[in-house]
Amino acid sequence: MKRALISFLLAVFFVTACGPASQAETASDSQAKYIENKGSDTIVNLALAWAEKYQGEHSDVRISVTGGGSGTGLAALINKTVDIANASRKIKDEEINQANANGVEPVEHIIARDAIAVIVNPENPVSQLTLKQISDIYSGKISNWKEVGGEDRPIVRLSRETNSGTHVYFLETVLRLGSKEDKTLFSTDTLLLPSSEGIIAEVRQNPNAIGYDGLGYVPKDLKMIAIATETGGAYVLPSIATVNDKTYAIARDLYMYTNGQPTGVVKEYLDWIISPEAQQVVADLGFVPALITNPSP
Amino acid sequence: MEKSLTWREFIITRLIQTSGYSAIVFVALIFFFLLREGLPALAEVKPSELLSIRWYPIENYFGILPLLTGSLIVTLGAGLIAVPFGIGTAVYISEIAPRWMREILKPLVELLGGLPSVVLGFLGILVLSPFLRVFLNLPTGLTAFTGSLLLGGIAVPTVVSVAEDALDAVPRAYREGAWALGATRWQTIWRVTLPAAKSGVLTAIMLGVGRAIGETMTVMMVTGNAPVLAIKLGSLFSPVRTMTATIAAEMGEVASGSTHYHVLFFIGMVLFLISLGVNIAASSVVFRARKRAERILS
Repeated sequence: MKRALISFLLAVFFVTACGPASQAETASDSQAKYIENKGSDTIVNLALAWAEKYQGEHSDVRISVTGGGSGTGLAALINKTVDIANASRKIKDEEINQANANGVEPVEHIIARDAIAVIVNPENPVSQLTLKQISDIYSGKISNWKEVGGEDRPIVRLSRETNSGTHVYFLETVLRLGSKEDKTLFSTDTLLLPSSEGIIAEVRQNPNAIGYDGLGYVPKDLKMIAIATETGGAYVLPSIATVNDKTYAIARDLYMYTNGQPTGVVKEYLDWIISPEAQQVVADLGFVPALITNPSP
Repeated sequence: MEKSLTWREFIITRLIQTSGYSAIVFVALIFFFLLREGLPALAEVKPSELLSIRWYPIENYFGILPLLTGSLIVTLGAGLIAVPFGIGTAVYISEIAPRWMREILKPLVELLGGLPSVVLGFLGILVLSPFLRVFLNLPTGLTAFTGSLLLGGIAVPTVVSVAEDALDAVPRAYREGAWALGATRWQTIWRVTLPAAKSGVLTAIMLGVGRAIGETMTVMMVTGNAPVLAIKLGSLFSPVRTMTATIAAEMGEVASGSTHYHVLFFIGMVLFLISLGVNIAASSVVFRARKRAERILS
């Protein structure tokens, strides 16, 4: 009886020692101010460069930057675990619904522009394709390089994973040629590699491979394909100039989403991001500075 | 003095008892958590859709068959590589190698088991896959076969340690009896020692297979992650997508409570049940063998 009582007391002691976890710090802490920034792997290098520069000038602000893909960042915004979500694609309607259901109102800010380069192995003789040809390659209709003017080799299609904004953007703009009703999907044997590095490594050593990635991530030794928007149109290589004058077909805006209109530290950070000083960082990293057509509200 | 000793004994006994029971409690808790988050998938997605052949979650195609076949074909390949190499190495270490060689080989095999799977995956992308692409004249080196080779390499140390212990446990009298009857070394090993250690060797194989099916990072980096239905023989030399890589790659992006979230937990449940099945099969083999041994000896 006495032993049972002692066991019971010990058990109660251990259980009460496991109290509820304390709440996470909010950004309104006394000393340092925190900004949590998460999302697109396309934007992550840019976000890191910005964060370092901003923290250098404002020592009381701490910015934490993580990748994980646009889908991951937006999911975190919906779950209220980040202040700013980076996305290389527009937020989807389902995500807006989920956000509203959770009490989150996503507000979009355009922070830079990006071109998606289609890359092939340097040994590949093909150097230009139309948008329709790329769409057919990736949906599985074209399976051999000789059908687009290359050697007799099978085409190995490389893509980013489905949580990547780059993947979704490519699906909508290239595979579906911008049409909302089109339901074309990637061919099932498309390799979904977990990072840009994986795509670069495979394209670099496999002459059968075709892949796509943001312009800022393509190293000099890989071959970019010049793309014609229409059959018979001009073949255009991606660059800052061709993105800004809209002759390059696969260019997109890069976004940061906040919960509601930004206030306080987050507002100052976002205002700094669209200033010329921050946009110079954009150009240095291989992206395209955002066209400031509408000043942010 | 007497009183404090009883006190200490009491606490230590209870602590050890708690740790023992806690293993069962944790496994049960994990299983119930998986059930709670994974069963809603059966309600939200029609079973016919779950068993379809297209996996593209961002457009609501939730067919898990390609993932299941992907995991199975990579595990099968890994087993076909790990079993001969593992059992062969175990037989060599315990029966044939001279003492000095055994002292070197055993630690080296343990070292191979200690390699982080991410490092092996890295080697796979940069070295193994280009080599296989050129050597086997494949469109790409990122295939189920590459994954199987690396997984076999990861599973071999597990198979070797358990099988080698089982072979060591065979009484010397068995071997001496066989030699006395004029059997050669190979005949002794193949017909006397190995069958006597059968239950331990089978456990070793099951543990190796269990390790292979749960491996995530390596397969995510080298199998190409293409959700193709892998049922033909040629599928071994094409890209596949495993269940583990799917969960690892997609869990970050799902909004808590969405259908995709529930389906990913459902896949986790399937994986858990497969591992559980493999372990139960291994235990039942050992249990039956022990019962038979007890009957013979009594």
